[in-house]
Amino acid sequence: MPPPHPSRWIRPLASGLAVIDGMGAPRFHIDATRANETVIVTHGHADHARPGHKHVIATPETLAIMEARYGARFAEQVTPLNWHETMRIGDVDIHLVPAGHVLGSAQIVLDSQGSRVVVSGDYKRKPDPTCAAFEPVACDIFITEATFALPVFSHPDPLTEISRILTSLALFPARAHVIGAYSLGKAQRVIALLRQAGYEAPIFIHGALQKLCQLYQDHGIDLGKLEPATSGQKGMPQPALAGQIVIAPPSALSDRWSRRLPDPLIIMASGWMQVKQRAKQSGVEMPLILSDHADWNDLLATIDEVDPKEVWITHGREDALMRALSLKGVTAKALHLIGYEDDAE
Amino acid sequence: MIRFARLLEQLLFTPQRNTKIHHLSEWFQNTPMPDRGWGLAALVGEFQSKKAKPALIRAMASTKIDAELFAISYDFVGDLAETVALIWPEPHLRPNSTPPTLSSIVSALGDANAEETKTLISQWLDISDTTTRWGLLKLTTGGLRVGASARTVRLALAHAYGKPVEHIEEIWPLIQPPYTALFDWLEDKSPRPNADGKAVFRPLMLAHPLNDQDMASITPENWLVEWKWDGARVQLASGQDGVRLFSRSGDDISSGFPELTKPLDWHGTLDGELLAGQPHDIASFQDLQQRLNRKKPSVKLMQTVPVFLRAYDILIDGENDLRQMPIEHRREILQQTLKTLDHPAIDLSAVLPFTDAQQLDEWRQKCRDGGLIEGLMIKARNSVYHQGRVKGQWFKWKRDPLTADVVLLYAQRGHGKRSSFFSDYTFAAWANHGDQPDGEPVLVPVGKAYSGFSDAELKKLDAFVRANTIQRYGPVRELKKTLVVEVAFDAIGLSSRHKSGVAMRFPRFQRIRWDKPAHEADHLDTLMKWIDS
Repeated sequence: MPPPHPSRWIRPLASGLAVIDGMGAPRFHIDATRANETVIVTHGHADHARPGHKHVIATPETLAIMEARYGARFAEQVTPLNWHETMRIGDVDIHLVPAGHVLGSAQIVLDSQGSRVVVSGDYKRKPDPTCAAFEPVACDIFITEATFALPVFSHPDPLTEISRILTSLALFPARAHVIGAYSLGKAQRVIALLRQAGYEAPIFIHGALQKLCQLYQDHGIDLGKLEPATSGQKGMPQPALAGQIVIAPPSALSDRWSRRLPDPLIIMASGWMQVKQRAKQSGVEMPLILSDHADWNDLLATIDEVDPKEVWITHGREDALMRALSLKGVTAKALHLIGYEDDAE
Repeated sequence: MIRFARLLEQLLFTPQRNTKIHHLSEWFQNTPMPDRGWGLAALVGEFQSKKAKPALIRAMASTKIDAELFAISYDFVGDLAETVALIWPEPHLRPNSTPPTLSSIVSALGDANAEETKTLISQWLDISDTTTRWGLLKLTTGGLRVGASARTVRLALAHAYGKPVEHIEEIWPLIQPPYTALFDWLEDKSPRPNADGKAVFRPLMLAHPLNDQDMASITPENWLVEWKWDGARVQLASGQDGVRLFSRSGDDISSGFPELTKPLDWHGTLDGELLAGQPHDIASFQDLQQRLNRKKPSVKLMQTVPVFLRAYDILIDGENDLRQMPIEHRREILQQTLKTLDHPAIDLSAVLPFTDAQQLDEWRQKCRDGGLIEGLMIKARNSVYHQGRVKGQWFKWKRDPLTADVVLLYAQRGHGKRSSFFSDYTFAAWANHGDQPDGEPVLVPVGKAYSGFSDAELKKLDAFVRANTIQRYGPVRELKKTLVVEVAFDAIGLSSRHKSGVAMRFPRFQRIRWDKPAHEADHLDTLMKWIDS
């Protein structure tokens, strides 16, 4: 007898993707969008890792990130799960493999009733010195994101992109080069890439990045010398920041905070920067195309690689991915999961 | 081409006009002729390949990608050139040659037919990087839309070569791409092309909105008042080289209005309002719009929608430049000139005798009834004709806009600067179905608005759309009928093109009523009451 279709035991609920028992009651959730009983968390971004769950299962790195963001009591109980270590809930075997998105980001591999489902969470395939690389796992159902699932998204080589900052710094040595980067993952990746590109001077960081940069460094990721960008008199341009690289969350760029920057050149590091008109809309002078999500070709190549019987799409631009998969003869469905914010990427 | 594409990218990402001018003038100074001239032509919108129309570019893209994927991508990006530049697959082995120069592009496309044009552009795209592909497609399809107006470009020319911008603007109609005569003059190699006696554009004088504190000073002794006609501001210039009609931005729109551009035995320059209909029977702005949209109107359209010029100022009369004369005197000459001219499609905008500002305010409010008047123009009797907006000389005093509370129904992504954000909204009012006047009212679409919200509000609206989509029709999202918006609009008229039977003039967001329940939005009957007779 063939195994029952996995939609018998895993399905999207209003509270997020859930594995259910024979009675239809959830055994556990994945990245639940509201406080819940048992939740496996793929990675530490706020829309996936929410506080207030009873029991959180995640990689040790993700748990550390959640603790740094929400305090020690973000859940009643936590279970760290190392890469490839198996745990069992009900009749489901669970193990985690790297997703390459941010530090600690995991794909969740679920084996139950003769089928394998991989929940990839957010992922990317481009090299990233700050996290373990994505590992493809062959499966029956591959549940993927679709943040950049449009043929227009083809993310360039990260090191080439980052070197544009150094070129600009040589051209405008008096301007503070301020990079807007999401505080978990993107900021640390930008710093690590700058170091890789040979930039050795101290990098100035906004206060909101301090904790997470420290956490990355504690996990053995070398970010070089970091200085707070907060010294000096409030609201006054700081001459010491001229010609320096400053990193801040995107929201700070239009905030009063940015008044301390002398003649700032605004750079934004995001996958959305590929669309010039969108980059312009956000008031950026130098768009840097640097994404922590898979681009179009990488999404399709990954699906080829894991060769699933079915693809489920959690969130993003699912219509284009559905179309491309149907052209390839791959069965796909959109889950329309709500509550995962991809704009800050 | 690579450097020109980089320039376009710089212009797009530079918010400050002065920095744009800096980039432009640097490019002018460092680019040899004739590339410089062709680049200038593209920047001011005077170069476009005859064959490289959007449809052809789309057809080229369809050889590289599935049509539906292309449509979804285009909807997201909102710009054809950029969509194609981004999805164009890099050849596995990039041919070992560099993208062509501007002038070689222009000469190659010059007499290429559609097939040849496709082959050429396709080859060029294969040897270009993304930004160069984008620049190349922008160039060949015209309409660069990089946030540099023709005026900014002329300012940059003035800056690069140290000449007054008005001197450049005045000779603009006399020069053609690649503008050899212009650059020879700018580089002091030859004298300026002579504009005397030619039909060229003279910079316009503009009005400030009237503030409450200005109101008290408006007296009949010192001010001339006339209606502010609801048409399009134009300048009519007659010279040895013929008659030209210019839009308020100085673009030559002669070809669309043959009734005004026949040769005259008078030379000079008139300032006035272009209106649809006839002097004794003015038609609506919607009618005029049909003419404004046509570069070459058909005989039939010219019969059904004639146009005329309602003149309110004269800048040049024969050999006399009147611009330093007070408007009071200019108006006398204008009146005389029009009498002699006796042109069936040109008449005079009358001066209104008035007693005080109070009376003007009453008139301003009342002009809602006529519909064809937007308000009042108030000009200092002693004002000379300056270019631009001069303080305390000319005022416009518009009637108040109408407002209505409507419910958002559909959303679509914007284009250009708004691309990838939901910024185009169709909104609705409540109406009872014709067959069942007592039945439950339903929402019927009454208009579309694209503006009036701040960037922060746009983000909130965009988030609202994403969270409240109930149905998708291609690029259009149908929304949950919950969000009420107060829209302002200048007028409302009957229209057979819309299901609701009404059409609004320039509707825009006034306020987003996050607090107001949908059932409290306005009824179509309320809107009908404002319809212009």
